[in-house]
Amino acid sequence: MAFVFFAYFAVVSIVAGILTVSLKHPVQCGLALLALLLHVSGLFIMLNAEFLWAVQVIVYAGAILVLYLFVLMLLNLKTDDRYFHAKTPYLLAPAAIGLLYLLFLLVRSPFSGAKGDASTAAILQNGDAHAIGIKMFSEYLLQFEIIGVFLTGAIVGAIVLAKAPKSIQTRRDV
Amino acid sequence: MIPLSAYVAVSAVLFATGLLGVLIRRNFIIVLMSVEIMLNAATINLVAFSHYLDSMQGQIVALFIIAIAAGEAAIGLAIIIVVFRGKISTNVDEMNLLKW
Repeated sequence: MAFVFFAYFAVVSIVAGILTVSLKHPVQCGLALLALLLHVSGLFIMLNAEFLWAVQVIVYAGAILVLYLFVLMLLNLKTDDRYFHAKTPYLLAPAAIGLLYLLFLLVRSPFSGAKGDASTAAILQNGDAHAIGIKMFSEYLLQFEIIGVFLTGAIVGAIVLAKAPKSIQTRRDV
Repeated sequence: MIPLSAYVAVSAVLFATGLLGVLIRRNFIIVLMSVEIMLNAATINLVAFSHYLDSMQGQIVALFIIAIAAGEAAIGLAIIIVVFRGKISTNVDEMNLLKW
């Protein structure tokens, strides 16, 4: 049963990713990206990461994607007929060969390592959010604060960039 | 039980799709969407290893990746608005003012 769900989420997310890259109209690309994000969140559920599932749906599908669609509809871009780069045919064959080689290497590797202390049973005892919270606010507190400063800088930068430059113009006229 | 390499393979395919999108698309907004695909592929990888190696670290780094993706989207879309206001096309191969 788990395999059926995994196959569904994996296949749909890959197909949605390819559609995001290859569809012509930007809004359709955004909707394909939405399908990709939701199915990737399904993969998180299969990996016992319920908190990340919620964050993926709320932050990615709910906030970031709406921001993309908002800007797309605000700008009302006209799509050119030639929406791929001029050098696309030269890129496709090396990309396919490189990907096949990478997959070959990945499927052969054993992927083992030192096991940590957060086994599935230990996480399920108090829930995923509890486990993440305990870890993040003890060992990763500095990184958490850095992310806070980063997000503050990002929002200030976005506001400064997107502000209408009219005030500069009027100041120059005076 | 699904092997770890299955998740890693899905993540590799998604990452390659995103990389190809960054390379071949002309519309800057779609290029940013392809970057999001690549970040998602990295997140799948981290969460899969976190699950199979019984460690919490991967999920914490995945949360940080989502926060950074939010910042990247905000800044990138602000840059697109600025470029569009200057009546420059938003096709990446026509934005060449910084080229020497």
